[in-house]
Amino acid sequence: METILSIKPLIAVLVSICVVPLLVLSKKANVREGWTFAAAIVKLLLVLSMLPVILKGNQIVYTLAEVVPGVAIRFRVDALGMLFACVAASLWIITSAYSIGYMRGLDEHSQTRYYVFFALALSATIGVAFSANLLTLYLFYEMLSLATYPLVTHHQDKEARTSGRKYLTYILGTSIGLVLPAMMVCYHLTGTLEFASQGFLAGACNRGLAAVLLVFFIFGFAKAGIMPFHGWLPAAMVAPTPVSALLHAVAVVKVGVFSIVRIITGVFGTELLSEFNLGVVICTIASVTIIVASLIALSQDNLKRMLAFSTIGQLSYIILGVGLLSPKGITGGMLHIAMHAFGKITLFFCAGAIFVATGKRNISEMVGIGRRMPWTMGAFFVGSLSIIGLPPTGGFLSKWYLVLGTLEANQMTFLFVLLSSSLLNAAYFMPVVYRAFFPPPEKAMFENKIQEAPLFCVGPPVITAFISVALFFYPEPFFRLASMAVRFIGGN
Amino acid sequence: MMEHYPAFIVIVPFLFAFVVSGVAWIKKELCFPLTLVGLGLSAWFSVCLLRQVATTGVLKYRMGGWETPWGIGYHVDYLNGLVVTVVTVLAFINLIATRKNVTEETPEKEGAFYSLYLLFIVGLTGILLTGDLFNLYVLLEVASLTSYALIGMGSGRAPMSALNYLFVGTVGGCFYLLGVGYLYIMTGSLNMADVATLLPKLYNSNAIVMAFIFCMVGASIKMAFFPLHMWLPNAYGFAPTAAGSLIAPLMTKVMVYVLIRLILTVFSVDFAFVVMKMGDPMVWMSSLAIVAGAVFALSQKNLKRMFCYIIVSEIGYMMGGAWLGNNAGMTGAILHILNDAIMTLCLFLCAGSIYYRTHGLELDRLKGLFLKMPVTMACFVASALSIIGVPPTCGFFSKWYLISGGLQAGQYGFVAALLFSSLVNVVLFFRVIEISYYGDFETHHGHGSSPAVVMESPASMLVPLLIVSIGLVVVGLYTGSIVNHLIAPILMQHGF
Repeated sequence: METILSIKPLIAVLVSICVVPLLVLSKKANVREGWTFAAAIVKLLLVLSMLPVILKGNQIVYTLAEVVPGVAIRFRVDALGMLFACVAASLWIITSAYSIGYMRGLDEHSQTRYYVFFALALSATIGVAFSANLLTLYLFYEMLSLATYPLVTHHQDKEARTSGRKYLTYILGTSIGLVLPAMMVCYHLTGTLEFASQGFLAGACNRGLAAVLLVFFIFGFAKAGIMPFHGWLPAAMVAPTPVSALLHAVAVVKVGVFSIVRIITGVFGTELLSEFNLGVVICTIASVTIIVASLIALSQDNLKRMLAFSTIGQLSYIILGVGLLSPKGITGGMLHIAMHAFGKITLFFCAGAIFVATGKRNISEMVGIGRRMPWTMGAFFVGSLSIIGLPPTGGFLSKWYLVLGTLEANQMTFLFVLLSSSLLNAAYFMPVVYRAFFPPPEKAMFENKIQEAPLFCVGPPVITAFISVALFFYPEPFFRLASMAVRFIGGN
Repeated sequence: MMEHYPAFIVIVPFLFAFVVSGVAWIKKELCFPLTLVGLGLSAWFSVCLLRQVATTGVLKYRMGGWETPWGIGYHVDYLNGLVVTVVTVLAFINLIATRKNVTEETPEKEGAFYSLYLLFIVGLTGILLTGDLFNLYVLLEVASLTSYALIGMGSGRAPMSALNYLFVGTVGGCFYLLGVGYLYIMTGSLNMADVATLLPKLYNSNAIVMAFIFCMVGASIKMAFFPLHMWLPNAYGFAPTAAGSLIAPLMTKVMVYVLIRLILTVFSVDFAFVVMKMGDPMVWMSSLAIVAGAVFALSQKNLKRMFCYIIVSEIGYMMGGAWLGNNAGMTGAILHILNDAIMTLCLFLCAGSIYYRTHGLELDRLKGLFLKMPVTMACFVASALSIIGVPPTCGFFSKWYLISGGLQAGQYGFVAALLFSSLVNVVLFFRVIEISYYGDFETHHGHGSSPAVVMESPASMLVPLLIVSIGLVVVGLYTGSIVNHLIAPILMQHGF
C-alpha cells in the first residue's frame, strides 16, 4: 500500500462551498441550477478520478493544518471513505435534477437558500467521508448539522420551527454532550486521534472505560438514529422531499452510521472490541432499534414518516453488521451503506412525486394510485424490494452478507433479528404497493388515467430504481471497495 | 527607531488624544481621521514589536534611560507582545466599524469621545507593556477612568451604570494598590522582575500572602469574575455602541492578562500553586462562574445583555484554565484571551450593526432579520458558532485546550462546566437565530418568492465585521502555529 499526497480530496470537499457565491449571485433560476449541476458533476468527477488509485490499494492524504499537537485537519481517502463518497456524490446529481422538478413544481420560496445549503451539506458529507482523524470528522459532522438546519426548516412555519428545535437538540446536544467529551478522553489517553486499521485505543484503556466510550460514541452520533436518539428523524420529515431523500436517507443519516463504523474500526479496532467482548453490546443496541423501528413503521399512515422509521431500522443493520466484527458482517454492513442509499432514495423520490402530482401524503389516500402513476409506483416497488432484501436488487446482496456475517460470528440471535426484520419490512411495504396497483374497484381513489408528476420528478426515481437493480448484477465497485476496506482492517 | 517601539505604542495614542480634543474645537470632521491615524500607528508598532519579539525573544525598554529597578521598565515578551497586538488591532477595527454609531449616538461630543477612546488604549497598552507594578496601577486607573467616562456618555441608564461601575472599579483598584503596597513594604521594589527575585525568601510571610490575595481580588473585580461581576452587565449593556464594543472585548481580557502575569512573573507558579494551594478552589469558583454566567444569560431578553453574561461565563473559562496549573490549561487560557477578544468583538459589532438599523436589541425586535440584514446575520452566526465551540472556528480550539487541561488535572467538574456552557450557548444562540430566521407566522406564506426588503448596514460597518468573522476561522486554523511559536515558549520559560 502506498500513500499518495494530493490536494484532490480537499478540492473535492471545497467544490460545493466555492460554488456558493455563484449560486447567490445568479440572477436567473436556470443559471443557478446550472451552477449546482456543474459543481455536482465536478465533484463526482473528482471523486471518481481518485477511484482507480484507491482500487489499486493506495491511499490519498492531504494535511490542511496541524491545529493541536498530534492532531491535524487532515484528509485521507481510503476504501471505506471512497465507497461513501461515491454514493453521496453520485446521488447529489440525481437529487439536483429531482430538486428542480420538486421545488419548481410546488413553487417553493427561498430556492436560492435551499440550493446554497444543499451544496454546503454535500461538502460536509464528502468531508466526513475523507476525514483522516476524529477531529476532522467531528468538524464536518458539525458543519453538516448546521448546514441542514435551514433545509429541515425550509417552510418556516410553526411546524418547521418545532421540528427544527427537535433536530438541533438531538443532533447538537448529543455531539457536544457525548461525542466531544469522548473524543477529548481518547485524545487525553493516547495523544492522537488518527484512524488506524486496528484503532489507536488498544492498550490505553480498560474494558469499563472502553465500554463507556463506545456507548458515548454510538449514542453521540445521533445522526445514525439509534434509539432512543432517533426522534429527530421523523420530525425532520417536514423538510421538502428532496431534502428528506438525499439528507435523511443518504447523506445525514449515513454520515452518522459512517462515523460509528469509523469509531468501531478506526478508533477501537475490531480486535480490541472482540477482546473486550463489546461487539455484542453494539449488536444488541442495534437489534433493539431494528425491531422497534420496524414495528413502529407498521403503524404509520404518513408515507414519509413510515419511510423515516424504515430508515432508522435499516441504519442499524449497518451497525449490526459491523458490530458482528466478522469480515463478512463488516462487508455486508459497508455494502448496505450503498445499497440502502439507492433503495431508500428511490422510495423518498416516489413519495415526493406523489405529493407533487396529487398532494397526498398518507398511505390510506393512495389506494389505486398505481393506475395513475405507474412509473412512480413501479420504482417504488423496486425500491421496497431492495429494502426488504429480495433479488434482483442490490439490497439482497448486502443482506446476504449480513446473514453470512451472523453465521460466521455464530450469533444466531442476530440472525433471527435480521430475518424477522425482513418479514416486518415486507409487511409494511407490500400492502402499499399492492393497494396501489390492485385496489378493490369500489375503493380506488384515482381515475384509470396516467397522469405522472413532471419529468424531473419521475425520472430520478426510475433511474435510482434501475441502479438498484443494476447493483444486483454488477455490484463490483462497491463490493470491491467494501472488501478492500475489510482487508485493510485485517492488516493487509 | 526600532528600539523605541514599546514606548511609541503607548505614547502615540496619548499625544493624539490631546490633539483630537483640541482639534474638536476647530473642526469636528478631523477628529475621526486623526484618531484613525493615531490608533493605526499604535497598531502598526504593535505588529512590528511582535515580529521583533518573535526574532529576538524578550525585549527590555527603559523609560527615559533610567536603570531598572529605579526607573520604569517596559518588559515585552511573547505574552504581552501577543496581547498588545490583539488589543490595538481590534481597537482599530472597532474604530472604523462603529464610526456611524458614534455620530448617531453621541452627536456633538465626537471630540471627547475619540480622545477618551485613545486614552483608553493608552491605559490598556500601558498595562500590557509595563514591567512595573505601580506603573501598572496608574495605567489601570487611566483605562478605568476613561472607560467610566465612555460608558457614561450613553443615554438612559448609562450614567447610572457608569457610576456603579466607578464605585466597584475603584474598590477593585484599591485592592490591587494595597497588594502592591504590601509588596513594596516587604521587598522595597516595584519592578516585577526584581520583586520576583526577592520574593522566594519571603514566601512564609503573612504580608506576602495578603499582598497576593489583595492583588487577586483587585484583578478579579476588574475582570468581573463571578460573583464580583455585578457591575458588568449594566455598564457594558447601556454603554454607547462604540464604547461597548471597544471595552467589552478588551478590558476584561487585559485584566486576565494581568492576573496571569502576576502568577507567572511576579509571585511565581510555585507560590501560587504550591505555597498558596489556590489551584483547586479557584478552578471550582471558575466552574461556578461558567455555569452562573450561562444560566443568567439564558434569562436575558436583550441581545447585548445576553452577550454581557456570556462574557462573565467566558471569564470563568480563562480563570479556570489559568488555575488548572498545567501546560494545557494555561495554554488554553492565554489562547482564549486572543480568541475571546475576537469573538466578543464580532458579537458586539453585530449588535452595533443591528442596532444601527433597528434601534433596539430586545429579542422580539429581531424577527425576520436574516432577510433584512443577511451579511450581519451571517457574521453573527459565525461568532455564535465560535462561542459555542464548533470547529474550525477559534473558540473550539481554546475550549479543546481547556478541556484537555481539565482532564489532565483531573478537574472533571470544570470539564463538565465547559460542556454545560457549550450546550447552553447552543440554546442561547439558536434562540436568537430562530427568532430572526422565522418572520411572522400570520403573514408568512411558503410559496413563491417573497419580496426581500434588504436594509443592510453601510459597508463601513460590514467590511470590518466580515474581516473579524473571517479572522475567527483563520485564527482557528492557525492555532497550531500560535501555540507553538508564541504561547509554548513563554510557558516553558516559567516552568510549565
